[in-house]
Amino acid sequence: MAVVDYQAPQSIEDAIGILQKTDIKSKVMAGGTDLIIQTKSQTADPVRVVDLKHIDGMMSYTLDDGGMSLGPAMSCAEFTTLDDVKAVYPGLSESAYLIGSTQVQGRASIGGNLCNASPAADTIPALIANGAQCVIEGNNGERVVAVEDFVTGVAQNCMASDELLKQITIPRPAPGSSDAYLRFIPRTEMDIAVAGAGVSVTLDSSGKCTAARVAIGAVAVTALLVREAAEALIGTAVDEQALDAAAAAASAAAKPITDRRGTAEYRTHVVGVLVKRAAKIAAERARGVK
Amino acid sequence: MTKVHVTTSINGDETEFLCEPHDTLLDVLRNDLSLTGTKEGCGSGDCGACSVTLNGRLVCSCLVLGVEAEGAEVGTIEGVGEADNLNVIQEKFLEHAALQCGICTPGLIVSTQALLAENPSPTEEEARYYLAGNLCRCTGYDKIIRAVMDSAETMRGEG
Repeated sequence: MAVVDYQAPQSIEDAIGILQKTDIKSKVMAGGTDLIIQTKSQTADPVRVVDLKHIDGMMSYTLDDGGMSLGPAMSCAEFTTLDDVKAVYPGLSESAYLIGSTQVQGRASIGGNLCNASPAADTIPALIANGAQCVIEGNNGERVVAVEDFVTGVAQNCMASDELLKQITIPRPAPGSSDAYLRFIPRTEMDIAVAGAGVSVTLDSSGKCTAARVAIGAVAVTALLVREAAEALIGTAVDEQALDAAAAAASAAAKPITDRRGTAEYRTHVVGVLVKRAAKIAAERARGVK
Repeated sequence: MTKVHVTTSINGDETEFLCEPHDTLLDVLRNDLSLTGTKEGCGSGDCGACSVTLNGRLVCSCLVLGVEAEGAEVGTIEGVGEADNLNVIQEKFLEHAALQCGICTPGLIVSTQALLAENPSPTEEEARYYLAGNLCRCTGYDKIIRAVMDSAETMRGEG
């Protein structure tokens, strides 16, 4: 595709108006770290870039007793410096810190990572683990979709061509909760997940797990919410036996492919290990925040 | 195609240019503004040779559209120092022989300046992690990291 027009609307309404034009295809841009590379591909299809960064609220956030409302286009570099967010959702902050290089994080956004919908996207399992919701705005008004239902396939999401992601909302975790995200890559940085796992847990005053969410990435066409893995943790003290059961449930839910980054068999095993380790970290954090 | 008129600030100087909607900031810097200190390596955000700051954030200029520079503040290697008045980081790169072919060097110096602005006392691990998006195929990184750590020390007034 070739960029033949660039628009930087100041409001959601203007952005949707532009997306409804049918003269040429429009592509919504946040940080552009995926989109600009796609526009450099050899196909010459003309495309209009609609830059969302000038719309009020797209680059900012609020965090209060009800939870977080995140502007989808905020850069990961900015997001990962938000200490109040890191204190409440440490795993989500870590997932954003794992995307690309410092330079890429300077532009890449959580909303972009989500909409681009790579099966290996790091922030998606962390968002699912935290029960994040997508606030989508279109010509027919607003609708809210859970992150686990937002992504529908490889590089596909549930939005129509004239809809856009306005906000990501995440509920405030109950007291005694925390989260963690881990991914496996063969290098130490700047790589794409072979497998990833996001886990959130809530512990009561006796240390018993009363709620949990487990999400896995890079082991299916979309990130998966694995209820069986969460159920293996709920009602336990998140002990070794429960962690092993959660790992086994995650491996059983994985439907990976074999590619140059790992075989299906390897990914199936590793995703279980990551769930176990992430759950352990989330539980340790939850014990600390009680 | 209609060219777009862009008004921006580059290294503190108000600058105007015309560009195509598909031109990257890297294209504009090198081809239209003759600021050729910023290098093109991969063109896909992997190598960091084209590193610049955009509104104070370190970015790859190959992953920014030129039109996005409207109203922004861009910082390039040309703003770091001058031939007869080098920045401390540039001096330390020379002192430690932290370059061979030199293609990665402008990007590394811009990134090092951004690192030390954010974190004046990085550990070696923090420095290596921050600079992981700047690839160098000559030095093996050791001399670069020595230059970065020495720059930090000198800038803190301990050198």
